[in-house]
Amino acid sequence: MNITESIKIALRSLSANKLRAALTMLGIIIGVAAVITLLSVGQGVQVMVQEQIQSIGSNLLFVVPGNLSAQSSGNLRSTMATSTANSLTYGDAKAIADPGRVPDVQAVAVESFMNTTVVYRDRSIRTSVSGTTVNYPEVRNHKVAEGTFFSEEDFNGGSRVAVLGKSAADALFPDGYAVGQTIKIKGISFRVIGVFASKGGTGFGGVDDSVFVPLTTFHTKLTQRRSASGDYVVSAVYAQAVSESRMEAAMQQIAQVLRDRHNIVYESDDDFTIINQKDILNIFGQITSILTIFLGAIAAISLLVGGIGIMNIMLVSVTERTREIGLRKAVGARRRDVLWQFLIEAMVLSLAGGFIGIVLGAVGSQLVGRLSGSLTPVITASTILLATGFSAAVGLFFGIYPASRAAALNPIDALRYE
Amino acid sequence: MDNGVLIQMTDICKVYKMGVVEVPALCGVSLEIRRGELMAIMGPSGSGKSTLMNIIGCLDQPTSGQYALEGVDVSRLSDDQLAAIRNKKIGFVFQNFNLLRRTSALQNVELPLTYAGVSGAERRRRAVAALEAVGLGHRLDHRPSELSGGEQQRVAIARALVNEPSIILADEPTGNLDTKSGREIVGIFQRLNLERGITVVFVTHDPEIARHTRRIVRLLDGKIVGDEPVADMRLAVEAAGGAE
Repeated sequence: MNITESIKIALRSLSANKLRAALTMLGIIIGVAAVITLLSVGQGVQVMVQEQIQSIGSNLLFVVPGNLSAQSSGNLRSTMATSTANSLTYGDAKAIADPGRVPDVQAVAVESFMNTTVVYRDRSIRTSVSGTTVNYPEVRNHKVAEGTFFSEEDFNGGSRVAVLGKSAADALFPDGYAVGQTIKIKGISFRVIGVFASKGGTGFGGVDDSVFVPLTTFHTKLTQRRSASGDYVVSAVYAQAVSESRMEAAMQQIAQVLRDRHNIVYESDDDFTIINQKDILNIFGQITSILTIFLGAIAAISLLVGGIGIMNIMLVSVTERTREIGLRKAVGARRRDVLWQFLIEAMVLSLAGGFIGIVLGAVGSQLVGRLSGSLTPVITASTILLATGFSAAVGLFFGIYPASRAAALNPIDALRYE
Repeated sequence: MDNGVLIQMTDICKVYKMGVVEVPALCGVSLEIRRGELMAIMGPSGSGKSTLMNIIGCLDQPTSGQYALEGVDVSRLSDDQLAAIRNKKIGFVFQNFNLLRRTSALQNVELPLTYAGVSGAERRRRAVAALEAVGLGHRLDHRPSELSGGEQQRVAIARALVNEPSIILADEPTGNLDTKSGREIVGIFQRLNLERGITVVFVTHDPEIARHTRRIVRLLDGKIVGDEPVADMRLAVEAAGGAE
């Protein structure tokens, strides 16, 4: 007896009890749909986090003051001392930008933050104001949507011009038309010359909420915070490596320059931290893949429960159809014919449930995507293969015991079974 | 080699183990059945006639003794080999019909052919022919629940017939039928035997059926206690006509 014959027989006996078949499949349908939905949402989160990290620029190294690794080792007192130290200056940034000393860095941007109130007429928002350099949009991969970013002249002259993040602009100018208006930061008037495009999401550092002014203006008009030598104290330096493969080298070069400039002697801890964009990506990648595995495992449990449902119904079915099995054996069915018949029934249940589950899972994940807005669930071929393979394996695993029980029945006893 | 002997059983014993107690169901049974015979195995319940039928039908194997079916020793075959012999050489007809529910008459009859590996048009052709042979050519797509008892048993006969077996074993084939349908069923067996020379063995305790055969083998307590020809075999078709 061939396989199509067996599948026909299986379909016929399943259709003889449609409600039961449907209910049995439901367990698998829910399990597979859950696997597909949760895995695709998990992968969607992974992609979203990756994109957000990529969107802050490419091949970036972040240099921040203070030693973050000392912080994690528990030396709180020294960390607090160093992280509040004015250890990173505009001079440091210029030294990093020197191709003679740091050949693997092609561009350096600088940012100083303060939290303050920004006012336009009767509207005011409390937000972060950044002093930065002219190449900031380029290094941080941030597009100006309206107007322009400030120029070299604005920077050198310490002009009172500001570029708004998208959310900041929307909050201050609900009607649009921000460019050309005058806002007040700490009571000082600034002319709005541009508005950034939205970065979306919550982002890093909330760039959509920020207001950007030239670093020179920031340090002369808004704050008097200076280092001992009178240099501008900056919050972060963004160094863009020439290529992904040169990032490690660039990190070492920057560390050397800064240790020299800060007179850090051999074996002493750095008073700065360099964060590699790739490290951030890896860390978040790990977190999100653990999340995805975790979600998948929860879903797999429901698939397992569905499989037990199949086994249960197949055992009932074997008992109910003892006479049928006896008859089939009497007219010439061999052990493996009976085994296949019941195994294929279990497989048809689980695979049909699996396919319906995949469709429902795809719909479900799209729904989650719609509801969350920013998240795009990713259904990959491997997810579908996994779900299909898993449901086939469930059918096989939970079908084999009832099927072998059916195959082992003695035809005489089976025919006499009431 | 064909000397007309279909079944040659020599000194067959069957012992069932009930826990530690051994219960002999058949003891020293020797039986020869020739091609084209129409016979009945009779005996009260517990006489061992079902056990004998199971052994003849290759559903069960003797504890000791030889059983040759068409000259082939089948008393020591594996389960799967026995299944193949049941499929090709033996047709069963049961008291309770044993048709598959929710399955058309045609598909029921096709069942032995599917296990024989006959497929498609050939399978259908042979199943239709078998159903026509039992007078059910007009009931191909009816399910068992839509057929009368007599019709159901005729489907079962067609199923037994379809693989052109060497022998048809009928276990109380009229037990669940009224007298009239029972007579019709016996008539079909007689006709198949007369017209096609098919070997038919009834297993029954009903003397009325036995009278429609040419030979009666009597069993008691696992032994053959009688084996005689029937002098004046009744024809069920005539009887049916005479009753009306």
